[in-house]
Amino acid sequence: MVDTCFLSQGLTTLAGLLLLPFGSLAASQIEDQAEQFFRSGHTNNWAVLVCTSRFWFNYRHVANTLSVYRSVKRLGIPDSHIVLMLADDMACNPRNPKPATVYSHKNMELNVYGDDVEVDYRSYEVTVENFLRVLTGRIPSSTPRSKRLLSDDRSNILIYMTGHGGNGFLKFQDSEEITNIELADAFEQMWQKRRYNELLFIIDTCQGASMYERFYSPNIMALASSQVGEDSLSHQPDPAVGVHLMDRYTFYVLEFLEEINPASQTNMNDLFQVCPKSLCVSTPGHRTDLFQRDPKNVLITDFFGSVRKVEITTETLSLQPDSGVMESSYKKDQMVEELMEPLKYAEQLPVAQIIHQKPKLKDWHPPGGFILGLWALIIMVFFKTYGIKHMKFIF
Amino acid sequence: MAAAVRIFLLLLLLLGPGGWGQAEPPRDSLREELVITPLPSGDVAATFQFRTRWDSELQREGVSHYRLFPKALGQLISKYSLRELHLSLTQGFWRTRYWGTPFLQAPSGAELWAWFQETVTDVDESWKELSNVLSGIFCASLNFIDSTNTVTPTASFKPLGLANGTDHSFLRYAVLPREVVCTENLTPWKKLLPCSSKAGLSVLLKADRLFHTSYHSQAVHIRPVCRNARCTSVSWELRQTLSVVFDAFVTGQGKKDWSLFRMFSRTLTEPCPLASESRVYVDITSYGQDNETLEVYPPPLTTYQDVILGTRKTYAVYDLLDAAVVSNSRSLNIQLKWKRPPENGYIHYQPAQDRMQPHLLEMLIQLPANSITKVSIQFERALLKWTEYTPDPNHGFYVSPSVLSALVPSVVAAKPGDWEESPLFNSLFPVSDSSSYFVRLYTEPLLVSLPTPDFSMPYNVVCLTCTVVAVCYGSFYNLLTRTFQIEEPRKGGLVKRLANLIRRARGVPPL
Repeated sequence: MVDTCFLSQGLTTLAGLLLLPFGSLAASQIEDQAEQFFRSGHTNNWAVLVCTSRFWFNYRHVANTLSVYRSVKRLGIPDSHIVLMLADDMACNPRNPKPATVYSHKNMELNVYGDDVEVDYRSYEVTVENFLRVLTGRIPSSTPRSKRLLSDDRSNILIYMTGHGGNGFLKFQDSEEITNIELADAFEQMWQKRRYNELLFIIDTCQGASMYERFYSPNIMALASSQVGEDSLSHQPDPAVGVHLMDRYTFYVLEFLEEINPASQTNMNDLFQVCPKSLCVSTPGHRTDLFQRDPKNVLITDFFGSVRKVEITTETLSLQPDSGVMESSYKKDQMVEELMEPLKYAEQLPVAQIIHQKPKLKDWHPPGGFILGLWALIIMVFFKTYGIKHMKFIF
Repeated sequence: MAAAVRIFLLLLLLLGPGGWGQAEPPRDSLREELVITPLPSGDVAATFQFRTRWDSELQREGVSHYRLFPKALGQLISKYSLRELHLSLTQGFWRTRYWGTPFLQAPSGAELWAWFQETVTDVDESWKELSNVLSGIFCASLNFIDSTNTVTPTASFKPLGLANGTDHSFLRYAVLPREVVCTENLTPWKKLLPCSSKAGLSVLLKADRLFHTSYHSQAVHIRPVCRNARCTSVSWELRQTLSVVFDAFVTGQGKKDWSLFRMFSRTLTEPCPLASESRVYVDITSYGQDNETLEVYPPPLTTYQDVILGTRKTYAVYDLLDAAVVSNSRSLNIQLKWKRPPENGYIHYQPAQDRMQPHLLEMLIQLPANSITKVSIQFERALLKWTEYTPDPNHGFYVSPSVLSALVPSVVAAKPGDWEESPLFNSLFPVSDSSSYFVRLYTEPLLVSLPTPDFSMPYNVVCLTCTVVAVCYGSFYNLLTRTFQIEEPRKGGLVKRLANLIRRARGVPPL
């Protein structure tokens, strides 16, 4: 009895000893899983960058948008995943002393326009309607692919808007506005249609915080350059170009982003501190209550970059050129060639033929409703006046 | 068994390409060309052309293998059954009067015209979809093309390629004059090129130089052409052209010497390996004005002469595929220099110094026969001090007349006679050469009216100011500072007492 007791006791202690490492292993696994849960679950990144101002003196808004475009491209988002909307052309504007350039720093230090920029919506195409259609995906079927936001429910989208705004609205091209309620509804439509996983909304206008007040869809984080009642100010003019080059908030955001590389671990809390009141004169604001994760766990590259998980494999794959297909079709062409008669080019200005051509007859369309109604009225009046007995003379 | 099959397959694969005993001819080819034309006004025009010819019948089979011909455009042709497509984006206007005739001019803005195949049922629908797709490819607002700005020309815009019939109902033409062309349109245009701004002539296509020009036009032309001389089969030809005109004053700082580096800030280092021909042509027909001749450096290995646009022109040819022209160790930077013949003129100019010496301009010029030579000088009128005006300044100031001393060729040769023997009127100027005679002529003096100040004004101003000051300011001063005090009537005064006495005598109340 005593032996079995000792044996069982030994067994239990042994079991206990063995269980301990298993337990710690399980605990660390749970921790990993928990951390995994707080990492973003996105698989692709999109960016919608909008500049809403027209005219040469709003050069700084185009420079703002292009500097965010430049950072986003540099950190990995390809042009096919960026929808860039610029309401006016500053680079090739006749007033630009250095054509094909848009500078963000004075003394022409940094050309944010670059050499391979692709603007998807430009000039008169930047309207509230087109912007909302891009966001919600309700686009006419003939729209080309580069003008669509083809995001899915695992996409992180960055939306940047800049221009002139007020309390609750943003002006588009000085002729129409978008209100914060419309914007909130558009985001709700996007949520209902599962068009985003997480959304970061940045706005650099006067009273920018009013634009994110009305959001009610989950997973949206918003930043603005100024509070309600404050103006966002511009940074510095350049004497050669003659206008202000950037707005303060975006200038400091650009300087912050220039230090980010695709592998950096900087999080959103740093972005919230970017432009204190001493530098920006206005108070930048942010809103994180709709966002599920803690901002300190959200990496900057979750929205500004397109970090992909890459797995390296050692398998090799060899490709065979399918010369067989090309050979047979070429032979076929050569055979057919012998049968056809020689073709010739058209005469560019055949005067005799032009003079003697008959004008093409327009297709005959039956008369429309108005003409029919008019004739019916005339005939009715005629018969009322002269009586129905005249009908047999007509028909 | 399996091993035998495998060996058999391997043998078949080995025999496959080699078994025919000849190399397969390439189905598409690229030719690139740059023409540099110095223009009469001192500017220089550069025209790039990249031509991809593809020997394929796009209509008949589903093509899936694209090599040099860009897939985006190939799919466009087969999906919308295009026969021809011409799209151009232009900024500026080609000034024919100063620059001569262009090779290919395009209207300012965007121009799109297309011929559809005869199998298309709804041409307008295809046209609308085509303009939308092109707006996505070229980042231009071509989606604004609709029935309000599309026409169907009936007389012009015949197909530029092979044509079976010309039923104009398959032609559509639209222009968007407000369209801007900038780097975002150049980027996708460059991406359609096989060597895509990495090698060959396309390395010169840098946006910051190409848009700093008086005229910039880029175009895409697709048309069917003859494959061979007998023209029994059809190939597709894609031409991408880009014309720019560099301004002598804006880019060249007023100098007429040009080089590739000055125009494009790049030089040519290697040809495009995919190109079968890669050449630079420089127009060396000199213009004969001012007897200037054009010198090209490095000297060309070959020249090309032909009648272009009605006149005979000579071109210097640089073949990039020739190792003697450009190679790994040597980059090609073509320089154009205008050589003036040595001048046998003389100019002396001494500018004026205020209140010390006048202008002096002396010029020795050779006047061409049967012509009119005008010499004009611009001057500014300076402000004089008021003491330097004459008492009658409204008359104006005189500029001394110019002197023209000329040696005029004689019609009849004169013989130099004796000074003392000839009459006095013939011996005013000494005759040194019997073939010409000396004469000195004068122009009229010039009377320049300067704006004259009104010299009576100081007196008027002083009077007016004093009046104003006295009346207005004085009154205000009095109102503000004058205080009134009640004064007791004085008792004393001899005169007053005497007066009071007399008044009391009269019966009048006293003072």
